[in-house]
Amino acid sequence: MKCDIVLAGVGGQGILSIATVLGFAALENNLYLKQAETHGMSQRGGAVQSYLRLSDSPIHSDLIPLGKANLILSVEPMESLRYLPYLSAEGYVVTNTTPFLNIVDYPDIQIIMDRIRSLPHAVAIDAEAIAREIGQIKVSNMVMLGAATPFIDVPLESIEKGIREIFNRKGEKMVELNLKALYAGRDFAIANR
Amino acid sequence: MTKKLLLGVEAIGQGAIDGGISGVYAYPGTPSTEITEYIQDNEVAISRNLHREWSANEKTAFESALGMSYAGKRALVCMKHVGLNVAADPFMNSAMTGINGGLIIAVADDPSMHSSQNEQDSRYYGRFAMIPVFEPSNQQEAYDMTRTGFELSEKLGTPVLLRVTTRLAHSRAGVILAPAAVSENALILPSDPFQFILLPAFARKRYQTLLDKQERFEHAAEVSEFNSFIDGYDKSAGIVCCGIAMNYLMENFPDGCPHPILKISQYPLPSNLVKILEQQVEKLIVIEEGYPIVEEQLKGFFGYGKPVSGKLDGTLPRTGELNPDIIAKALKLDSNAASSIPGLVANRPPSLCKGCGHHDMFKALDEVTADYGPGHIFSDIGCYTLGILPPYHSGYTCVDMGASVTMAKGAADAGLFPSVAVIGDSTFTHSGITGLLDAVYEKSNILIMIGDNESTSMTGGQDSAAFGKIESICAGAGVNPEHIHVIEALPKNHEKLVDLIRRELDYEGVSVIIPRRECVQKSARRISESKKQKSGICAS
Repeated sequence: MKCDIVLAGVGGQGILSIATVLGFAALENNLYLKQAETHGMSQRGGAVQSYLRLSDSPIHSDLIPLGKANLILSVEPMESLRYLPYLSAEGYVVTNTTPFLNIVDYPDIQIIMDRIRSLPHAVAIDAEAIAREIGQIKVSNMVMLGAATPFIDVPLESIEKGIREIFNRKGEKMVELNLKALYAGRDFAIANR
Repeated sequence: MTKKLLLGVEAIGQGAIDGGISGVYAYPGTPSTEITEYIQDNEVAISRNLHREWSANEKTAFESALGMSYAGKRALVCMKHVGLNVAADPFMNSAMTGINGGLIIAVADDPSMHSSQNEQDSRYYGRFAMIPVFEPSNQQEAYDMTRTGFELSEKLGTPVLLRVTTRLAHSRAGVILAPAAVSENALILPSDPFQFILLPAFARKRYQTLLDKQERFEHAAEVSEFNSFIDGYDKSAGIVCCGIAMNYLMENFPDGCPHPILKISQYPLPSNLVKILEQQVEKLIVIEEGYPIVEEQLKGFFGYGKPVSGKLDGTLPRTGELNPDIIAKALKLDSNAASSIPGLVANRPPSLCKGCGHHDMFKALDEVTADYGPGHIFSDIGCYTLGILPPYHSGYTCVDMGASVTMAKGAADAGLFPSVAVIGDSTFTHSGITGLLDAVYEKSNILIMIGDNESTSMTGGQDSAAFGKIESICAGAGVNPEHIHVIEALPKNHEKLVDLIRRELDYEGVSVIIPRRECVQKSARRISESKKQKSGICAS
């Protein structure tokens, strides 16, 4: 088993919470893991990415080679396209559709969405809308993680356990909301892949 | 066996705790910050009450760590690469004094300049000071080297430099930990009372001692478990692979590399190991992240001997960090056909947070200085450096910590008017105060804007030693109190701030304006922390 994931977003969107849950799930399953993160200047509203690699055999590089990623998981639509050079021919793009507008020359969102939909394997999901339906906008990242689970070869129970572990200190209610988000995202991706 | 997911820098922090440090000393700087933060939050470190407060800058941090070593205890000092420039004086001289308690200097370099103003390679500093250097290839080695590095430091009587680069610093992997932290050293003074006295007569002896130790340092690298020769059948080329480059190389050869490899993670360069490789191959390829220091050493000045390739002959790019694809290209391996980034994707540079008080400072400053044209504002290192980028024009220089004050002074000496420095509270504490003394002494005609967000924000909101003391420091340095102003950085105070800047530009001498408001990120964290604490109290 080998799964290379590029997590993408904008500094401040909290993509590392997704990585933390997956990291926990990987450890649970005795998988090897490497996860390169962006810290420092770019965290101030710049483009950020995390390279997450899971494998049942030792992993050498902290960075994913070009054309090798199985999945680009992006919490922002334009950012999902920035990492296309990393995507393998069979790889999936799972992206949020809500743009993060902090630059003046943000392209036309319709053109971005058309480009995403033209990809051979893409799931575009309005994570904010689903999170609002659940009643807590903060869980949108777990909606995104849920949407990616069909393409990540890690037992769903371990991911669920990871969520329990990580959100436990925020109270039982937040755990439940995040789990709800996970399954809502997963259902959407299965129906729309 | 405990296995923990750790960033490379966290592995260093854990290694230091398990290696028996009595204290960590540091000034925050990406990508080194989390070494200290990890120790600050660690239960063993807290229960042992290890020293773990931030220092005012890297020089004060280094000297304190050296003082702890003098007293017989183990100390870790951490900084980013350019921080070692600030600490270069004690660093170079600590090689002369040697150590009493083990001393490790953890330095994080930033090739590709993700968050830095250059990509200098700290291994040169190690060679300059003539001390052993560790360069881990992965998180486990970062942990093991730090944990056992204190023993090596004490055995060889020398400080040891541990060099990592951004990717290892900020990448997470499982690390197998030692069962328990070793105990701290007892307080014991150096057996030689002259060891730490670098007066010329003693220093000459110390220098000879340092030179005499070189053979032992190299021997340690020859027998180091972190350096290894890995044989291969294709002798057309041998690869010397340093630090993290080893991972990128092996990524290209999942079934093993056909070329013989010399993996280097401990310096000085072990000449016997290098010779073993050299003797059996037709040429050498050096793969190292940073400057071509090993390549330079192996490549003879006159070009005799077997060919050596790397960054100097263009086999590998001279700038930026390495990755598996760069190495594939250098070794002429098939690289993966990859699509390109669609042209419509716009750049997304970092920017000031919404609601940040620096916006208010820059709006006012831009409005006043617009009358004078470009080139009058000297910026510094911190979040407010982003005021140089659109929509603002608040900065024409960004060189090193504290340079805003002194460069504004020098430009004023040259006749530039107005000459305005923009500096943050933590950077002012780090290296602005001494420059201010120069300016006051000479009555330089400058305005210093100290954007006080009560935090070291770019690196994650660490406390700054000058918290609540900026105006009294300025007054103490001799700035006329009538020309020190504190104003709350808020949109409603815009006109007031504009007037204040205008008025102080008219004053011929040193003026200080301190627009102050807590960092929005720090406030948010503080509020969420206090909520957590409150809910904790309810639960218990």
